[in-house]
Amino acid sequence: MPQEYRLILKHADEPGYTPDIECYLRHGGYESLRKALALAPRELPDGKRMSAQEQIRDEVLKSGLRGRGGAGFSCGLKWSFVDRRSGKPIYLICNADESEPGTFKDRQIIHKDPHQLIEGMVISCFANDVKLAYIYIRGEMPEGAKLLNKAIKEARARNFLGPNILGSGYSLEIHVHRGAGAYICGEETGLIESLEGKRAYPRIKPPYFPAVLGLYQCPTIVNNVETLAAVKHIVAMGSGEYAKLGTPNNTGTRILSLSGHVKRPGYFEVEVGKVTMGELIFHENFGGGMRDGRKLKAIIPGGSSSKVFKAGETFKLKRKGPDGQMAAVDVGILDLPYDFDSLQQAGSMSGSGAIIVMDDSTDIVEALANVSEFYAHESCGQCTPCREGALWMSKALHRMTHGHGRKADADYLLHIAQNIQGRTICAFGEACAWPVLSFVKKFKDEFESRGAADEARHGSIQGATGHPTAASPGLPVI
Amino acid sequence: MSTPTTAELKPAPPPVETIRIKVDGRELDVPKTMPDWQGKPQPTTMLQACAMAGLEVPHYCYHPKLPIAGNCRMCLIEFGTPMMGPDRKPVLNEDGSPKIARSVLPYEPDAARGAIACATPISPGMELYPSSAATKQMREAVLESLLINHPLDCPICDQAGECKLQEYSVEHGQATSRFVETKVHKPKQVDLGPRIMLDDERCVLCTRCIRFTRDVAGDDALGIVNRGSYNSIAAYPGRQFDNNYSLNTVDLCPVGALTSKDFRFQMRVWFLKETKSLCATCGTGCNITAGAREEKLLRFEPRQNDAVNGPWMCDHGRLNYKWVQREDRLSTVISTRTGSGTWTGVLAEVAEVLRNAPKGSVAMVLSARQTNEELYLLNKLAVLCGAITDSIAREGQGDALLVSPDKNPNSNGVRLTGVAYTEMGIQIPKIAAGIRNGQIKTLVVFGEDVTRHGLEGDVLSRLDHLIVSDVLPNETTQRAHFLLPGCAHIEKRGTFVNVKGRLQKFMKAVEPKGDARPEWEFLGELLQLLGRPENFKSLEGLFNQMAKDTPAFAGLEWSRIGDLGVNVKL
Amino acid sequence: MAFIVPAELEAELNELVTHYPQKRSASLMFLHAIQEHFGFISKEAAEWIASKLDLQPIHVWELVTFYPMFRQHPPGRHQLKICRTLSCALGGAYALHEHFCRKFGLDPKAHGIQTTKDGSFSVEFVECLAGCGTAPVMMCNDEFHENVSLSKADELISKCQ
Ligand SMILES: Cc1cc2nc3c(=O)[nH]c(=O)nc-3n(C[C@H](O)[C@H](O)[C@H](O)COP(=O)(O)O)c2cc1C
Ligand code: SF4
Ligand code: SF4
Ligand code: SF4
Ligand code: FES
Ligand code: FES
Repeated sequence: MPQEYRLILKHADEPGYTPDIECYLRHGGYESLRKALALAPRELPDGKRMSAQEQIRDEVLKSGLRGRGGAGFSCGLKWSFVDRRSGKPIYLICNADESEPGTFKDRQIIHKDPHQLIEGMVISCFANDVKLAYIYIRGEMPEGAKLLNKAIKEARARNFLGPNILGSGYSLEIHVHRGAGAYICGEETGLIESLEGKRAYPRIKPPYFPAVLGLYQCPTIVNNVETLAAVKHIVAMGSGEYAKLGTPNNTGTRILSLSGHVKRPGYFEVEVGKVTMGELIFHENFGGGMRDGRKLKAIIPGGSSSKVFKAGETFKLKRKGPDGQMAAVDVGILDLPYDFDSLQQAGSMSGSGAIIVMDDSTDIVEALANVSEFYAHESCGQCTPCREGALWMSKALHRMTHGHGRKADADYLLHIAQNIQGRTICAFGEACAWPVLSFVKKFKDEFESRGAADEARHGSIQGATGHPTAASPGLPVI
Repeated sequence: MSTPTTAELKPAPPPVETIRIKVDGRELDVPKTMPDWQGKPQPTTMLQACAMAGLEVPHYCYHPKLPIAGNCRMCLIEFGTPMMGPDRKPVLNEDGSPKIARSVLPYEPDAARGAIACATPISPGMELYPSSAATKQMREAVLESLLINHPLDCPICDQAGECKLQEYSVEHGQATSRFVETKVHKPKQVDLGPRIMLDDERCVLCTRCIRFTRDVAGDDALGIVNRGSYNSIAAYPGRQFDNNYSLNTVDLCPVGALTSKDFRFQMRVWFLKETKSLCATCGTGCNITAGAREEKLLRFEPRQNDAVNGPWMCDHGRLNYKWVQREDRLSTVISTRTGSGTWTGVLAEVAEVLRNAPKGSVAMVLSARQTNEELYLLNKLAVLCGAITDSIAREGQGDALLVSPDKNPNSNGVRLTGVAYTEMGIQIPKIAAGIRNGQIKTLVVFGEDVTRHGLEGDVLSRLDHLIVSDVLPNETTQRAHFLLPGCAHIEKRGTFVNVKGRLQKFMKAVEPKGDARPEWEFLGELLQLLGRPENFKSLEGLFNQMAKDTPAFAGLEWSRIGDLGVNVKL
Repeated sequence: MAFIVPAELEAELNELVTHYPQKRSASLMFLHAIQEHFGFISKEAAEWIASKLDLQPIHVWELVTFYPMFRQHPPGRHQLKICRTLSCALGGAYALHEHFCRKFGLDPKAHGIQTTKDGSFSVEFVECLAGCGTAPVMMCNDEFHENVSLSKADELISKCQ
């Protein structure tokens, strides 16, 4: 029977579990940190020695942990890119901006078990020789910021943080930094700019790869809350045990956020790849199915930036057959295992692990208009294709949802989106283009018939006539 | 390009390390590193490599003298890199050449993935496709995006003719826009500072202006307010953008968003006659292009010279041109002695005075605003009359970027031609004393109001002969017995030597008014009248003769100075 | 009007500066603290922060106009921020927003901030608050509210009054 596997959220929802340090310590808190700090250098067969730090980094690499923030990049590999020879300080930033629409998992860790995050951070900082770290928490979580500050104070009072941690000679400070309502602060280089006190303008890469030229132009690690919490468990149980959770290349557990038209929305921690999309939506241990009398229409699988799935879609996935050979197999959307690789092979992504379900009562044009309004509002406006394109798409969709659609709008939208993806400074370009590309391609009939109906009513609006462009009649500016 | 003097000839540089790449199919060796905006060697970018191949990659935000921003995306180009096999060895084609993997979107392998040429370094074996269909499509799309919210008011825009949006739209754009929505409206006619107007609707948000004032001028006064499509360039509300370099942002602005209040609506730029000249407001000698129409000076713009001013100039110098064509400018040659009003008449009288002047009775005050050629001739005249000569120092505030505390454009010319060997102005008290005690009876003044520099009116009134040349009237010119209207440098040709020893030439941008003539012309005639015929026929000849006679200019020829000048030994 | 920061607050701010190797980093935290105290960021406040952090006022103004949480004008005493994004929209956020607007005589079509004439409430749509599983969600000042039905909304209003 598909069920949750609670590792990070093991205690969070237990009755009587509180976010203070006593409670955390009663549940074995900070034991992994003690273990990490106590690691002795290990002699390798070739005579080289592996420091405690190197051992932890190696463990994280071997655990197969992939970032939980969105891109799913190997955490151990990311750490290995850090420039450790520059002579500059190395910084670590916990990305607690949680703002990808549909996502509410980091919120649970921060509000219910903040010490777990702190412990994961201290271990990660120790492993990477970081002396100063920040938690960048979104501005709309004032309570979370208070809880984290309190946790930091408590940890410092007990010497899990601050100078000479537990007598190890290792010192670390962590500070909480609050954002102020801008989604783009979740993008790691935008976050860094924001932490430097500037507008959250993502940086061009090259040359500003955080591992080399990050915060204050120093090597910097940015990791998601859940990723850092997982590090604690990798150290606690060992990379081998951790890697046994989940499926190959998709190890460990993930906290998935399920929202939209299901009976039982909520967050569920599962072994990665052990539960299918269908189970997540329909099984009574998870979403519990559609609301009564409703049918599934569409699924956004990994936060609003990921490409939408249409009910009934099937995909060709590469699978190892019984003979050990890779072969393409047809997999229906509901049978799709929820993991990084399967979703990518199905043409979308698991992103931040946020599943938004839409039933047949959903007006798909309205839904896309809603998502596009988000991106138009959140584009930082730094680079041309996204700055202009995000609002352009949103205006077009606004027009469509206000009775002035055109049949040609489907292709019009595809044209705009196609010219954004891959051409921008940061991945927000994809984030705003993908919903449009996928919604319009997969539900083209709905866009076209709506536009055609409007045209039948009003006649075609002017446009596409060359410069100067004709403004559409009487439209409110968003 | 300038011809280097011996002083500039350095030992042959070590061979540069190069990378072999292909640009539009043509093989090319490019240096591994090239200077960045501050001149520091950095990995060569795709844009620099394309430039070496003779192809300009269109761009808005990139500027060679500003830090890279990478925000406009106009310079996106398609590219490919050598394909690597699993053994980390290059995969080869059948003919043995390396197989190239065109860069594609990882999630959409049919679509090209461009890289911004301005910020992406090249690597060995890379192939750049700045002219491919995919590159063109990316450009078209960026232009379309830039235009959707643009007011397209070219007919009333001052930038028309110098606008990169207009230019690129013609070259790289598509004929039609698909945009049918309402445009975003932003502030128009924003009074950014005393010299600059901003139209946010025309702005393409390239941030050149912000980067210039922050990273070059050192006045971090501009920023962007609001967000997303509503982003707008702004100074802090109520604060003036008024640093002494602010007008460079007008030059930098690739569109008509930033305009000079001084030049706004003056003239469509394609009607301007442009002349290479210099700023004469301080000793830096920034290179300029003077714009004029029908003999009316309309603007100065910096002309790039990395040995002097880079691409910049200060606002003060830029706007310091109106005095030249003031209404009261001196324009009649006159002798108050005889009332003669012709050059022949007045010069004959002056020659007569100087010929009869006993040795030691003549003094000359010669401005460091005169050209080298003029100072050279004046010095000859002084030797002929046994005159004592000096010049006037002009000290003021300097800054860290360009402005020199020396407010004369040619102090070094004064020294090198021998008009003043020691500290400038040191002889003035002596001259004053000489006039007072009656020893000095004739004073020749070129380009200075000496009444403000130690030879007051009552001193001048003791003279038998006051011979004055200048451009604007002042107390000295009013007291002159012989008034010889000269030219501002912008009205003539000549050379100056700047504070760092750079000899630079300038051309004539406008005609002088009335009788006014270039001083070197009538000085030649005067020397001839005094029995010292000069054999130059033109300024070129005069310069070459001066170079022969003046040790510091030895070996120079007018035709070899070039537009950017040469260094001379101070 | 002189802009006076109480000593206690200033001490708090001074402490914040010590969290960062570069003063400028404290900008957002300063803005939060100042806004908490004064309700909004006035020009005077922006200038004060700039001088405190050795910045130009435009640097602070760039932030005030970029980050949606900062206000240039005083909002209502009770700030109602209703999530507008997809999961909440699917869960009835627009009806909730409209409900508040009608109660207060505000324009339900407007997405930006609107404040009642008496200054007691302001209503605005905000983007995803990371509470999508309990849609619709909203914030009343610093408090987070989930599963906000229309009747729960009414309760909230009366609690505020
Ligand atoms: C537009 C955009 C928004 C993002 N928002 C978040 C976010 O809210 N939280 C987060 O952890 N990562 C976010 N990311 C991903 C981060 O850039 C970064 O990859 C991540 O924090 C790395 O952590 P991880 O490797 O532990 O996943 C976002 C990325 C983009 C492009
Ligand atoms: S893609 Fe969008 S969010 Fe990212 S830098 Fe460009 S404008 Fe900003
Ligand atoms: S005003 Fe001109 S220079 Fe400044 S950002 Fe806009 S377009 Fe660029
Ligand atoms: S720095 Fe001097 S030479 Fe250059 S523009 Fe200014 S005044 Fe003229
Ligand atoms: S020139 Fe603007 S991105 Fe390269
Ligand atoms: S959509 Fe409302 S909290 Fe996420």
